[in-house]
Amino acid sequence: MDELLQLKTMLNPCIQCGTCTASCPNEVDMDLVPRKLWRMVLMDRHEAIFDSRTFILCSSCYLCTLRCPRGLPLTAAMARLKAIAAKRDLAKYRKSTRFYKSFMESVRRHGRVREGEFMGLYFLAMKNPLLPLSFASLGIQLMKKNKVAFELPAKPGIGNLDRLFKKVAEIEEAL
Amino acid sequence: MNYTYYPGCSLSGSAMEYDVSTRAVFERLGITLTEIDDWNCCGATAAEAVSSLLGSALGARNLALAESMDPSSDILVPCSACYLNLKKVEMERREDPELAKNLDTILGEEDLAINNPPRVRHLLDVLVNDITADTLLQKTTRPLTGLRVVPYYGCQCLRPYAVFDDPEAPTSMDGLLRACGAEVVEWEMGARCCGASNMSTKPETAKKLVQKILMDARGADAIATVCPMCQLNLEGFQKAISRDAGTDLSISVLYLPQLIGLALGLDQGEVKLDKNLALMPGFMEKLLGFDIVIPH
Repeated sequence: MDELLQLKTMLNPCIQCGTCTASCPNEVDMDLVPRKLWRMVLMDRHEAIFDSRTFILCSSCYLCTLRCPRGLPLTAAMARLKAIAAKRDLAKYRKSTRFYKSFMESVRRHGRVREGEFMGLYFLAMKNPLLPLSFASLGIQLMKKNKVAFELPAKPGIGNLDRLFKKVAEIEEAL
Repeated sequence: MNYTYYPGCSLSGSAMEYDVSTRAVFERLGITLTEIDDWNCCGATAAEAVSSLLGSALGARNLALAESMDPSSDILVPCSACYLNLKKVEMERREDPELAKNLDTILGEEDLAINNPPRVRHLLDVLVNDITADTLLQKTTRPLTGLRVVPYYGCQCLRPYAVFDDPEAPTSMDGLLRACGAEVVEWEMGARCCGASNMSTKPETAKKLVQKILMDARGADAIATVCPMCQLNLEGFQKAISRDAGTDLSISVLYLPQLIGLALGLDQGEVKLDKNLALMPGFMEKLLGFDIVIPH
């Protein structure tokens, strides 16, 4: 089934009460409040959904999920929209979706994320020479403490999860 | 008592002091932690944002490995994001037979299986309900008298699964901190979000959240945390956020087991205080008063 149709079914019981909006810590920076975003999903307003920055700002605090009077998994719904944006590689969301993808690429290669490699992959994926600068302050603090090191992307080796990733993709394609 | 231990990726890197202090506290309490062989990343919040099945599969592999080691031993998880990801698989595969079937297929590739998986427990849950504040009180040899601490829980150890505490007004750390001799300072921000990975991808949004937390923590000597993401967001950006706020918001931030370890008589090296990014002079002076030598 189409992913947005799946999401629509999932959100069908929404009564538009706005508890999610009132609970969201990031709502001030959203263009559509969460309640309205769900309305757009229910009305098949796909353009409005992927024109909005709302779902990409979700920080997975689970307050809306906890409080929703209909018991809807709203945090998971936000993640579903992120996953659709990631799959379509929509330009508007790349700063976030490529962050997630780079993280997962490091996990696929080694089974565990290597923090240095992950950031390296992210900077390569974004092709923005200024981006590393915005991470420099934290990076320097962590390097001074010997907590992370610059790592060149390494070939998959011990612990790599190719088989698991492939099987997941196979199952998803068949769905 | 024995637990199967899932450290997770952060605890092998940027949160190594959380790992070291957790292990040291349990050793001091005479409890064995057995690390899961060949554990893999839980997927953090990244996996679900790429594919929900991938997130479940990563968690499931860890449950299967833990079950194959000892099905009767609970899985102890210090990182809140790892905890939630593993917990989610534990809960969702019970309610969703199709998901359970897909996970069986994926795990079958490696001849792994989940039948009756061990329970997933957050470190804080184990400290409060298994170890108990009473035991900590008995074992405290160096009470942190006069140390004013605000307990910070963040989100994912509390929500969406309300397993061991009130998911909006948590109190489980209070008794533990008091058992260590510390003073618990009342505040409003204990269960509020730190912004998580938005700090990397949407820093302007995340900094606002951290600013509110740091503002409310003023007056305390330290913030106690139970999650590497929260710890990093609260300790790593204090200068920039103070600049934005136009006031000095710097404050010491420590992992809960670091504070417990000090109270149990461990020295600063055994809880890796040298790895924290934010330890303030006022806090360090108080530690000197407890005969704890401060790293530089």
